[in-house]
Amino acid sequence: MAEKITGSEALIRSLIEEGVETIFGYPGGAIMPVYDALYHHREKLKHVLTRHEQGAVHAAQGYSRATGKVGVCFATSGPGATNLLTGIADAMIDSTPLVCVTGQVASPLLGTDAFQESDIVGMSMPVTKWNFQITSADEIPEVMAKAFYIAHSGRPGPVLIDFAKDAQFAEIDFEYHKCNNIRSYVPYRPIDNSQVEAAANAINNAKKPFLFFGQGVVLSQAENELKELVEKAGIPAAWTLLGNSALPSNHPLNVGMLGMHGNYGPNLLTNECDIIIAIGMRFDDRVTGNLSKYAKQAEIIHIEVDPAEIGKIVNTKFPVVGDAKKVLRKLNPLIAKNEHPEWVAKFKACYDIEYKKVIERDIYRNNGKISMGEVVRMVSEKTEGNAICVTDVGQHQMIAARYFKFNQTKSVVTSGGLGTMGFGLPAAVGAQFGRPDRTVVTFIGDGGFQMTMQELGTIAQEKIPVKIVILNNNFLGMVRQWQELFFESRYSFTELKGPDFVHLSGAYGIPAKRVEKGAELEAAIAEMIDTDGPYLLEVKVEKEDNVFPMVATGASVSEIMLEAPTKK
Amino acid sequence: MKEEYIITAYTENHIGMLNRITIIFTRRKVNIESLTVSESAIKGISKFTIVVHSTAEQAEKIVKQIEKQVEVLKAFYHNNDEMIYQEIALYKVSTKALTAGNKIETLVRKHNARILEITDEYTVIEKTGHNDETQEFFDELNEFKVMQFIRSGRVAITRSPIERLSQFLAERDSMLA
Repeated sequence: MAEKITGSEALIRSLIEEGVETIFGYPGGAIMPVYDALYHHREKLKHVLTRHEQGAVHAAQGYSRATGKVGVCFATSGPGATNLLTGIADAMIDSTPLVCVTGQVASPLLGTDAFQESDIVGMSMPVTKWNFQITSADEIPEVMAKAFYIAHSGRPGPVLIDFAKDAQFAEIDFEYHKCNNIRSYVPYRPIDNSQVEAAANAINNAKKPFLFFGQGVVLSQAENELKELVEKAGIPAAWTLLGNSALPSNHPLNVGMLGMHGNYGPNLLTNECDIIIAIGMRFDDRVTGNLSKYAKQAEIIHIEVDPAEIGKIVNTKFPVVGDAKKVLRKLNPLIAKNEHPEWVAKFKACYDIEYKKVIERDIYRNNGKISMGEVVRMVSEKTEGNAICVTDVGQHQMIAARYFKFNQTKSVVTSGGLGTMGFGLPAAVGAQFGRPDRTVVTFIGDGGFQMTMQELGTIAQEKIPVKIVILNNNFLGMVRQWQELFFESRYSFTELKGPDFVHLSGAYGIPAKRVEKGAELEAAIAEMIDTDGPYLLEVKVEKEDNVFPMVATGASVSEIMLEAPTKK
Repeated sequence: MKEEYIITAYTENHIGMLNRITIIFTRRKVNIESLTVSESAIKGISKFTIVVHSTAEQAEKIVKQIEKQVEVLKAFYHNNDEMIYQEIALYKVSTKALTAGNKIETLVRKHNARILEITDEYTVIEKTGHNDETQEFFDELNEFKVMQFIRSGRVAITRSPIERLSQFLAERDSMLA
């Protein structure tokens, strides 16, 4: 039975109908009726007040990535809405399902340069999967149902709903039906069995098969199917940054990370394998390096839900369009039991080289000073691979990806495609709200932390037990590394002085400690993890460490460097 | 190799669709040479006809990106040989020039153009054809000083006997059944 309610109430009821439990947001003039409706449902719908709209959208992203659910955020019109854009762009490129609701001036004022009016529909168009402006309250149930359906189906992505203030006040007869079909939208194409058979044949005949997995595996919950394929065919498997944790780190066929700061073997042997089986990944330039020297000897099988990704970057001999889980369920029975011991041994040999040249020094510094890798290793060990690891962007992000170990999926929350500094702290807030049962640790550089550190206020107010590790080298470390390697060490505006992070944390009432000596590190990490509630640990790491291995821009994956080239 | 491609897209007739489609070209720095949008044979579905200079590979990738838009039903690309296409052009000349001799009349006959309106001051002539044909007519007519000239975007139709949008809609129905 339909009943008469306001547009704002209808919006809130729509969220409840969609199973939303948590909203991250920031109120303002043009969204006040919605916040008023929310007030009456505050027991059922948890709203988290962030300290900036960028924090709200990153928190919604973190929530989504840790749970697999659609992240929801609210902002007001004008600056509130534009402050969401970075997070929306981040969610778009990293395929994160979001529904962002922005307030908008009343519809008669549209286009008049009214107070806090901005064309957020126009501005967000290139970075949303879909967006819509509600100017009539009647549209709300159908539009909200479409928003959630579009956000999470097919290749997920962000949806923005711009909600004119007069429509928030107007009354409608509310009746809600979930959306499961839009005429113009085909999120999952029927799987072509001949494509699956061709791919299975290629895998069965391969001598040196190599599997790449990306976030598509996580988004379609195909972790078990992936593991089954890897084990059945005996294929070494490497992950993209966002695919990390879809296969346990200690799995014998998990050979590590692809790409610019990935592992030695996966990069080098990309140019030696005979078949690449790419699942739910998009051949980002940070993965491929120089395309003209990328895997030219290999035939590529590309399993991908988004048809626009197939053939976008690399020539694909065996395309399989479809959701990773559904495709693997059809593919796995056609795979012959196999193993490739000599081929797998090559990865091990590469790992041994990398271990001696890079890893050992990274994770056991033993010279009194502290390396980022050492901190990551210790936190990983202390949490026994069960934590959710949230990172910001930069050197520490690559180090965390390389050295944090994972037992379960959906354990990595990081900004991949967009590389958004400032992502880490708010994303950790969202991840912790999504998974209160898990330890959430976030590694952040001193640069990125200062971009969104106001979210300490959110953490303090909500008393969420996020463990914050600032890896402080008083540098924008990754940029500095590039300046050292490619700009003759001209450190152009990369050195920065931070505040006293321990004092800062103390001002928010969050316990904190600074560690400057290697000998104090282990105890400090134990104290952080064992503390109930939030904790901030500032670790003074070596100022001018570099992340290696590295595939330099323009270089081939097989030209991966284990150390800086000797200077001429 | 770059050549002229005609990209066609069938979309829901919703606000903002034009923007959603054109930003795909803008982002890849592909210029739109001509653009026509109008309702298709099916009510509520718009048809976009877009002409670009591009490689086949780029045209294919653009079509995939267009089709990825939630409110796009189907998109295609073709080279000029694969489609029948027309543009329409209007020319304004002074009526004095028209009546001064029979040269303009000869040109109108030769180019298969037609006269739409004659007033004391000016005459409006219409010609449909390919870009080079309407341009050739312009060049010859301009001897008598064309006062105003306008050319439309392209409209195009495939040589294939099947209406592929209907096929798509039928497939959608069978997928949902």
